[in-house]
Amino acid sequence: MRNVQSTQLIFELSKPGRRAHRLPPADVPTPEVSSLYPSASLRTRLPALPEVAEGDVVRHFTNLSTLNMSVDTHFYPLGSCTMKYNPKRNERLAGLAGVADLHPLQSESTIQGMLELLYRLQGYLAEISGLPAVSLQPAAGAHGELTALMTAVAYFKHKGESDRRVVLVPDSSHGTNPASAKVIGLETVTVRSCPDGSVDVEDLKSKVNSRTAVFMITNPSTLGLFEKQIKQIAALVHGVGGLIYLDGANMNAILGIARPGDFGADMMHYNPHKTFSGPHGGGGPGAGPICVRDFLEPYLPVPRVEKSGERYILNADHPHSIGRVRSFFGNVGVLVRAYCYICSLGGSGLRAASEQAVLNANYLRSRISPLLPVPHAGPCMHEFVASAAALKKQRGLTAMDLAKRLLDFGFHAPTVYFPLTVPEAVMIEPTETESKETMDAFVRAIELILEEDQELVHAAPHSTAISRPDEVSAARKPVVRWTPTPT
Amino acid sequence: MAYLFNTADDQREMLRAIGAASIEDLFAGVPTDCRLDRPLAIPAPLSEAELTRHMMHLANRNQGTSELVCFLGGGAYDHFIPAVVDALASRGEFFTSYTPYQPEVSQGNLQVMFEYETMVCELTGMDVSNASLYDGASACVEAVLLSLSISETRRRVIVSDSLHPEYRQSLATYLSFLNAELITLPAKAGQWDQAALKAALNDSVACVVLSQPNFFGVVEDLAPMADMAKEAGAVVVAVVDVLSLGLLESPGAWGADVVVAEGQSLGVPLQYGGPYLGIMACRESLVRRMPGRIAGQTTDSSGTRCWVLTLQTREQHIRRDKATSNICTNQGLLALRATIYLSLLGPVGLQETAAQCAWKTAYLRDALSGNDRWEVAFPQGSHWREVVLRDRANDVELVVEHARHHGLLAGLPLGRWYPVLSDCLLVAVTEKRTRGEIDQLVDVLINTPSLTEPAHA
Repeated sequence: MRNVQSTQLIFELSKPGRRAHRLPPADVPTPEVSSLYPSASLRTRLPALPEVAEGDVVRHFTNLSTLNMSVDTHFYPLGSCTMKYNPKRNERLAGLAGVADLHPLQSESTIQGMLELLYRLQGYLAEISGLPAVSLQPAAGAHGELTALMTAVAYFKHKGESDRRVVLVPDSSHGTNPASAKVIGLETVTVRSCPDGSVDVEDLKSKVNSRTAVFMITNPSTLGLFEKQIKQIAALVHGVGGLIYLDGANMNAILGIARPGDFGADMMHYNPHKTFSGPHGGGGPGAGPICVRDFLEPYLPVPRVEKSGERYILNADHPHSIGRVRSFFGNVGVLVRAYCYICSLGGSGLRAASEQAVLNANYLRSRISPLLPVPHAGPCMHEFVASAAALKKQRGLTAMDLAKRLLDFGFHAPTVYFPLTVPEAVMIEPTETESKETMDAFVRAIELILEEDQELVHAAPHSTAISRPDEVSAARKPVVRWTPTPT
Repeated sequence: MAYLFNTADDQREMLRAIGAASIEDLFAGVPTDCRLDRPLAIPAPLSEAELTRHMMHLANRNQGTSELVCFLGGGAYDHFIPAVVDALASRGEFFTSYTPYQPEVSQGNLQVMFEYETMVCELTGMDVSNASLYDGASACVEAVLLSLSISETRRRVIVSDSLHPEYRQSLATYLSFLNAELITLPAKAGQWDQAALKAALNDSVACVVLSQPNFFGVVEDLAPMADMAKEAGAVVVAVVDVLSLGLLESPGAWGADVVVAEGQSLGVPLQYGGPYLGIMACRESLVRRMPGRIAGQTTDSSGTRCWVLTLQTREQHIRRDKATSNICTNQGLLALRATIYLSLLGPVGLQETAAQCAWKTAYLRDALSGNDRWEVAFPQGSHWREVVLRDRANDVELVVEHARHHGLLAGLPLGRWYPVLSDCLLVAVTEKRTRGEIDQLVDVLINTPSLTEPAHA
């Protein structure tokens, strides 16, 4: 039943003279544009945008959408991405007049409700993190990391410690951590993990010194384990004058249970699109608010939302601030959804969500570990990493094969080959918004796949819109735009 | 709890399978001294009806652009958004999917990315577009970082103060952490000062950032500046308004090597500043230095045309600290909105929209010509969608306040960024504004009583 015609490239559906959206006729004089602008600044050839009817557009994109798996349609246990249910109410509320239609440069007096919302959100994020000062400005998790590193560098500079240029990252960290350090020219040094997934404290000891700026740690880790030595690690890093940064990608495991500020972190970012249910939008938008200790507050980006008497204000008057890291205030649309989510769950509900996320992950872990070994001892937090290494050795099936075959059973694949420390890694995060029945069906699918003919699994997927694409040719001879076939 | 599934029976059964006595046991790995020993100080849960009431209450304390007629611009604009954009972009299959790590079940998103990239190339005259970045300012920063990555010895970045102030502030923040210098040349009568640029160019300059139209709405002939920059071996970074490209020459044609833009104008709601759409495209020679996701065409094992994320060895999840950027996400949902918007408008609709912005801005300009109180600040320039108006009575803050009482967001007082323009208002006129609304604005501008002395007596 697939509509092949409508899912051609939109350019191939184009026909000269076809129109969709029409503007009202101009109600002002319409002089030749050549009389308004120097001729050199005017376009001589119209861009080759598609010429299609409104119905073409609707059918094209509707049919394209059906070629995606999504949280609304499928179980999406993509580890590290927290693909939980995205509440519809938040979409409606973020779209309200008075919310979605606010211009970012309106005067404070016309946006008191918005500033109040953002101010309250800052307070909630501070309470959940145990870190009092908040900047809502960063546009994504990686942007939050970068902003926090800038904040730390500014702090050290002000203290006369500009030679602190080293950022330590565990070998299991997200790739964004070392990449963020590099953007502002900091050096990164990798800290080894122990076989049980924890930080190798002896290795860390040998690497911390007076040049240490920040240790970036993900806790719970990308293996889904809480770092038990976190306080010892923090003491080590603080002992040489460094700071602890917490990559908050995995906050969904510890809401209301443990707070980064209480276990030693000095700075952190949230991924509201993960933890607080913002829709992932096919890759974005996200947001990356950061929370820091009070002594780092003067260095946070401006402007910041503050309360002055009964009024909410945007304050850019912070002389030690690193400045601004993007235009306007932040990814407010994402932040509004996070606010709605936090209000819907309340303090007790946030904790319950984390408990159920951890329960689901442990249930799935207990069911899957007999099929695919999980190298690290449980219980896990919100996710776990299994390994297909034995499967590869015994049956020649890789983590990728398993991932691809799961698609045929109607499940999005887990994250594979990350973290890099686990061979043939299969990283599974069910989230709290999945039922036992769904997880049982997922386990059943894996059981069936493991009994299947090797060639069948190798060649999977078989039921999707396309079979495995040739990624090597795509990278070797990149075709990154459509060009009309010469006639 | 609002979004949970498991019943008490389910939970018991699951705990039994795990071999744990309670949920509490599952948190055994979290040391006691790391635990929070009290409930979070966050209010009790709100039902959907209660939350809706609360949000309505907050929303009612704002006055948005559906209530006030918007002449505010400065990097975010009130353009008309056809219903089809919202209807399609709110489909859960787009909305609740993620980065296309599994191309076999992400062909919808990947094809949209490929279509988006093609449209951006068509508009900008570039060879390659990425699948989008955070916003215009951060795209501008990325383009400058790209330029700086080319040579160890070229460490200067030249901009004009007619580049959006918040873009310049963002650049200043990033560059302050690097061995690089931001040189801001003052505009002359709202345009580039060619002689000043010539004097500033040498072999230490990594790039020159040229914006079209500039922050004052002025459309310039930038080819001479681009030529000078190229002669000095610098990269030409263009910051353009993407909607203007229905009318204005593509930056590729006047010499840009990298083009960045804020894509909010293309069907993205204002939503108090974000999320917006960072557009970035470049010449083929620079593609390996480009940040962000890129979708490319290939074939599947049966020879069917399809799309994948490509050139991923540039990216952080593979290269870690050797990556071209730390950026992980793209603004997929906003790129989708832009792609739908541009499909709906087509080449002729985009041209008409850009032309209506031009005509309506010209109408406002003409309506104030010969006025005793107001003058166009940079009258020798051609304007597109935005124009700087000077209040000879030096009372722009009062004018804005007065206009609001008449239901108008009159424009942006420029004193906050340009002390010498403290008597000026940046006014944007999109295709959405009617003649009647513009007349009303003119009426308010002229008739606001002034309290203070003229600045330029």
